[in-house]
Amino acid sequence: MALRRFPAYLRDIQEEIEGYARNYGLEFFPIIYEVLDYKTMNEVAAYGGFPTRYPHWRFGMDYEQLSKSYEWGLSKIYEMVINTNPAYAYLLEGNSTTDQKIVMAHVCAHVDFFKHNYFFSKTNRKMIDGMANHAARVRRHMARHGQDTVEDFIDTCLSLENLIDPMSPYIVRSRPKKPPSDDDEDPNEKVGRLRAKGYMESFINPPSYLEAQKKKKEEEQKRQKRRFPEHPARDVMQFLIEHAPIDHWQRDVLEIVRDEAYYFAPQAMTKIMNEGWAVYWHSRILTEKALTAAEVIDYADANSGVLATAPGRLNPYKLGVELFRNIEERWNKGQFGKEWDECTSMEQKLNWDRRTGLGRNKVFEVRKLYNDITFIDEFFTLEFCVEQKFYMFGFQERTGNWEIMSREFKKVKDQLLRMLTNRGQPVIVVEDGNFENRSELLLRHIHEGIDLDGAQARDTLRNVAKLWTRPVSLLTKVDGKGKLLRCEDGNISERSAEYAG
Amino acid sequence: MTQKIDLDHGRFRQIIRGKIKQNLRKYISQGEMIAKKGKDTVAIPLPSVDIPHFKHGDKQQGGVGQGEGEVGDSLGQGQEQPGQGHQAGDRPGDHLLDIEVSLQELAEIMAEELELPRIQPKGTEKIVAWKDKYSGIRTTGPESLRHFRRTFKQAIRRQISMGTYDAKNPIIIPIRDDKRYRSWRSEPLPQSNAVIIYMMDVSGSMGDEQKEIVRIESFWIDTWLQSQYHGIESRFIIHDAMAKEVDRDTFFRTRESGGTMISSAYKLCAKMIEEKYPADRWNIYPFHFSDGDNWSVDDTHTCVELLKKEILPFVNLFCYGQVESPYGSGQFIKDLTEHFDEDERVVTSEIKGKDAIMDSIKEFLGKGK
Repeated sequence: MALRRFPAYLRDIQEEIEGYARNYGLEFFPIIYEVLDYKTMNEVAAYGGFPTRYPHWRFGMDYEQLSKSYEWGLSKIYEMVINTNPAYAYLLEGNSTTDQKIVMAHVCAHVDFFKHNYFFSKTNRKMIDGMANHAARVRRHMARHGQDTVEDFIDTCLSLENLIDPMSPYIVRSRPKKPPSDDDEDPNEKVGRLRAKGYMESFINPPSYLEAQKKKKEEEQKRQKRRFPEHPARDVMQFLIEHAPIDHWQRDVLEIVRDEAYYFAPQAMTKIMNEGWAVYWHSRILTEKALTAAEVIDYADANSGVLATAPGRLNPYKLGVELFRNIEERWNKGQFGKEWDECTSMEQKLNWDRRTGLGRNKVFEVRKLYNDITFIDEFFTLEFCVEQKFYMFGFQERTGNWEIMSREFKKVKDQLLRMLTNRGQPVIVVEDGNFENRSELLLRHIHEGIDLDGAQARDTLRNVAKLWTRPVSLLTKVDGKGKLLRCEDGNISERSAEYAG
Repeated sequence: MTQKIDLDHGRFRQIIRGKIKQNLRKYISQGEMIAKKGKDTVAIPLPSVDIPHFKHGDKQQGGVGQGEGEVGDSLGQGQEQPGQGHQAGDRPGDHLLDIEVSLQELAEIMAEELELPRIQPKGTEKIVAWKDKYSGIRTTGPESLRHFRRTFKQAIRRQISMGTYDAKNPIIIPIRDDKRYRSWRSEPLPQSNAVIIYMMDVSGSMGDEQKEIVRIESFWIDTWLQSQYHGIESRFIIHDAMAKEVDRDTFFRTRESGGTMISSAYKLCAKMIEEKYPADRWNIYPFHFSDGDNWSVDDTHTCVELLKKEILPFVNLFCYGQVESPYGSGQFIKDLTEHFDEDERVVTSEIKGKDAIMDSIKEFLGKGK
């Protein structure tokens, strides 16, 4: 990659902008800028911001798409910043000074967000090295086993990269088991005994009933013991790493892909907030401090491009920044708390101003503690929805069109939250690692109202089967009916099945 | 300098190439890609290039938008989720990805798969085209062609020699005489030119499916010949009992009723060659498609005579494709084989259906002429 010297005038701008940002209370890792021509910019973007990634054709594919869309004038990458310490950010060569100012202010806010938002707290801040190490490992495997073999295997792993448990770094899913202690269970304790006064005992808990209860419990325990994994596993990749009968190098590649998936997961979980935060600050820094009179028009032009909405598209920048501004205003005016929530008079709500002035504190707190789901869940209000003209749309079979379905607040919000749940990905869990006692794998799609894309599901299932080496089944629902897809030796069979629970 | 991405990109193109090759027969017989032809490229929908994931089907999913509009207003039609970028085809059903491939590359892939020999152009490259090339510098010209560096150098040189250059305050101001401009020269560019003359029977017995076959086949012939010659022209003749020249669109759309006199088309073709395409400068490829039902035996004789005297002496190759129509296949192909069995310049091919297109192309172009 061609490294250019960072031009002095940009360094001056950087210092100026970072000064303003600090005065506003932003606090970020040191930022290292690099100026790239558009070709290198597309290259770095194709690698997800990391020029040191392992070789794989899909980066080439992404690169081609980015280059095409740049050449056709459809899109241009203005800026890129990666979550590391120090943070690396890329500027596009030939952008106007105004553009570069916007980008730098934007980047400051992003880095501040990376540093302080809770959901980034577990990410590896030395990921540049991390990625380079991954690349070295992949290259070593390629040297030993052949590029085609390893690349094919990476394809298989990437197919499963969304089958992780993005929340697992922040919570404890399974606590270490307590050693079974004696007082825990008294075998003589009458199982399933209903509470009863002494003289009622024989009526309420007749021996036959107790016997039945005891049997039930025993069966339950037996089932529990046989179950593997004990609880359905969200982190399918981890389960495969631990239990799939694959070679050492394959396990290593699988680990690499999983590792990188976890690294990128928080970005998907905070897209709306992160971009909203960045727009919020670049507009404040620029309009309040950094713009010269001559630059105002250019700034307005660029900014309106960022915030433009198109029919049927959710612009995360727009939603994010408007919501942050809304929060600031509400907390400035004291529009929160029990009294506000219980107020039913529109008139009163409109003119509600307690001059609490807590807006600034609140937005900083929000950027620290929330992710997109909690952000929307808590702050996306009826008033905001109406004011910002949100609607939900869907596919109308009858006309073959995508149509505006509703402007009802609850429906819009539900739809929004549904799209953000599990980063918009279906939830797939490992239900049984010894399905039908034949060491087959059973996956279950936790169906929440939306069917899987059938063709993709079949191909992905084939990939799971490649790793598991034994037949793999997937329990899902199609058009409301339970269905079991089974992949054996690359062939998929389907049968209806009971989808319980 | 090769960048790292170039390796990955090369890898990607290699995979694409393999996939296209694998599915070439399907593409050829289905003609899907013709619809997506651009100027020098075609977009080919490739199955399973992109990596599959468990993901939600689109139709039940819907989304949230922002802005004006009433409930029930349409946001866009069809499969595509509105407002999603250019990843067309990546939708329900088979997850297809539209991949752009240059016609040149496509021709190469086809040639590899069909084992087509390269064409030896007839004669030397006699036709000369002129091409403008910016290769020189001159002192006058429009400002848009000003050569900044040369101008700047000239100005420095002048200022130093005049003693007005101040190293501490190096301001260079070019004057009129310093300015240098790029200039061009027209250079001769030898070319071998070729013309393809498509003739098609549009009489009542040629149905839509037959025309579709011709359309697909002509697309591949175009593609191949274009990769072999610098300059290529296509002419189109339709005929029933009369022949006339038409443009490409009309060629594939016209449907006449009535009889068939093949000689009318050959006459027009011969005239075209005589008037515009002298054989010493042009590589000429007449292709004729028909269902083989000619009006009369006499007319067939006229055709044979025309071919012998006025067409074959001038052309590289004469190709006749007989498309099977609902009314069966005619006599004409047998007549031609009978008369020209020995003649290398005549190739006949019977195209029974879409699946036969690929073999037919191989028959036509497999001679390397």
